[in-house]
Amino acid sequence: MSETRELYDLTAHELSDLLSTKQVSAREVLDSVWGRITSVDESLHSFILLTRQVAEKQALDVDERRARGERLPAMAGAPLALKDIYCTKGIETTCGSKILSGFVPPYDADVIERCRAHGLLFLGKTNMDEFAMGSSTENSSRGATRNPWDLERVPGGSSGGSVAAVTASEAIVAMGTDTGGSIRQPASFCGVVGLKPTYGRVSRYGVIAFASSLDQVGPITKDVRDCALMLNVLAGHDSRDSTSLDVPTPDYTQALIPDVKGLRIGLVREFMEYQGVGVDPEVAAAVRGAVDRLEELGATCDEVSLPHLNYSIPVYYILAPAEASSNLARYDGVQYGHRTRQPIADIIEMYRKTRDEGFGAEVKRRIMLGTYALSAGYYDAYYLKASQVRTLIRRDFDRAFEDHDLLVGPVSPTVAFRLGEKTEDPVAMYLSDVCTVPVNLGGLPAMSIPCGFSGDGLPIGLHIVGKPLGEETMLRAAYAYEQSADFHRRRAVPIDTREGRRSAVVRA
Amino acid sequence: MLLTPEEVEHVALLARLEMTDEERERFTSQLNSILEHFEQLRQVDTTGVPPMSHAIAMSNVLREDEPTPSLSPDDALQNAPDRSDDYFGVPRVIE
Repeated sequence: MSETRELYDLTAHELSDLLSTKQVSAREVLDSVWGRITSVDESLHSFILLTRQVAEKQALDVDERRARGERLPAMAGAPLALKDIYCTKGIETTCGSKILSGFVPPYDADVIERCRAHGLLFLGKTNMDEFAMGSSTENSSRGATRNPWDLERVPGGSSGGSVAAVTASEAIVAMGTDTGGSIRQPASFCGVVGLKPTYGRVSRYGVIAFASSLDQVGPITKDVRDCALMLNVLAGHDSRDSTSLDVPTPDYTQALIPDVKGLRIGLVREFMEYQGVGVDPEVAAAVRGAVDRLEELGATCDEVSLPHLNYSIPVYYILAPAEASSNLARYDGVQYGHRTRQPIADIIEMYRKTRDEGFGAEVKRRIMLGTYALSAGYYDAYYLKASQVRTLIRRDFDRAFEDHDLLVGPVSPTVAFRLGEKTEDPVAMYLSDVCTVPVNLGGLPAMSIPCGFSGDGLPIGLHIVGKPLGEETMLRAAYAYEQSADFHRRRAVPIDTREGRRSAVVRA
Repeated sequence: MLLTPEEVEHVALLARLEMTDEERERFTSQLNSILEHFEQLRQVDTTGVPPMSHAIAMSNVLREDEPTPSLSPDDALQNAPDRSDDYFGVPRVIE
């Protein structure tokens, strides 16, 4: 089908070709994306802060440098949406929480410095579950974000705003964070590419902490090539993060060869069936179809069992809240953020009222859970026990990787669920993370790429998990599959909620 | 029930959270259903298994003990809800 494509519909690598040959300017790209934001964000609510002046200045700078004949990095001029979790010097950063409303960081996160140096354009801050705690972006103090494929459904979470923005072409690329699936699960729900790097591959300096032994920053993009280009921007050692890996960074675009011959791929039984309960049949069928396709392309595929993955949810929901209860102790109304205005008798009461007013229900629930799991008398039964089972989960992965190069399965057991469907049942919400949390517990790299659609037209993601620092093998398989399957060319068209409830689908 | 409303109140104090009676009731029931879900971990034999606290084995990552530039007092205090001179202001702690 030949039709004129708007600039906002293109990928970053397509725009990079047009920009470097001066067929378009960064300013024109920005204007096109801005027009798109103006027409659809009222329906989607992907953004909670727009920074047009910042982006215009960055676009001007890119265009001036290009006019002077400077050779610019590949991503220079690409409009970027940022999850509201990165410290950005001079730009409000709230982490989706009332307790940080008005907080203007005095410094940039490492990944923000890298994006500035590469000439990306900062469109604004995207909506998220408060402190990244959630799987639907409904736990934001700023209201929910909607799924561009169906406005009655959630985009997934916690990086739901960033993912919805890329899905609806309100941004060319975006960044999220993934502590238990917060990049991959929404990428799966919205049919875009999302990657969580190996723990330590990308610096966490200046990224607001949720669970420090699990948090990683990663890209959200329209295709696998853009994902590799963004990983080139983000990856690398940073001495300000003591868990940052001091290892060489490859050019990830070199991994993009459409050939999986000889790769040994294992379909993880516990991803398909958690504690005996199978994933949604449409999800299972799409994933099995993708495995068949990879086999046709030359990979060797078999099924593999990692039995301790059946305990991922309790392990994760003990360890992550335990780390969070400690990390979030800093929000006490003293150094930054909200402080109660109620009369108080002493400083303890000031802390308690400040935190009661500033935190939402899910954040409080997890602080309570974590505090309890770490408290005297319960530490051994919960935190220690969960840390030991975490070792067993990692050992299961190590064993599976002895004779596999990659592991695959679904990203989430279902397609995107309806707004409000799981908000009153925390355990049901937590179970939508069964396939993603074990990867964070193991510290492994993983990604979600589109592998099909349900009968209702909702996207389904394929989960690809790599060995530690195995991003290149993962990207190679993702690229080979994507090029043969072509699901990545479908675009969601969100219709204004005032006109119709259902969004339409077109092929670009 | 693994957790009573009194224990919930105690944990809330440890966590420096305040809650209404209605919130305490809701949290007690929700936290209990989550803790019940956690009970299955008891089935796992972890005898002799070392706990894992980080995905990558690293210890004592140190840098040279050299001063580097840091935030100015004004930058560090720009977000303070209450500031007096170059200090954060808090309610009286010592009587």
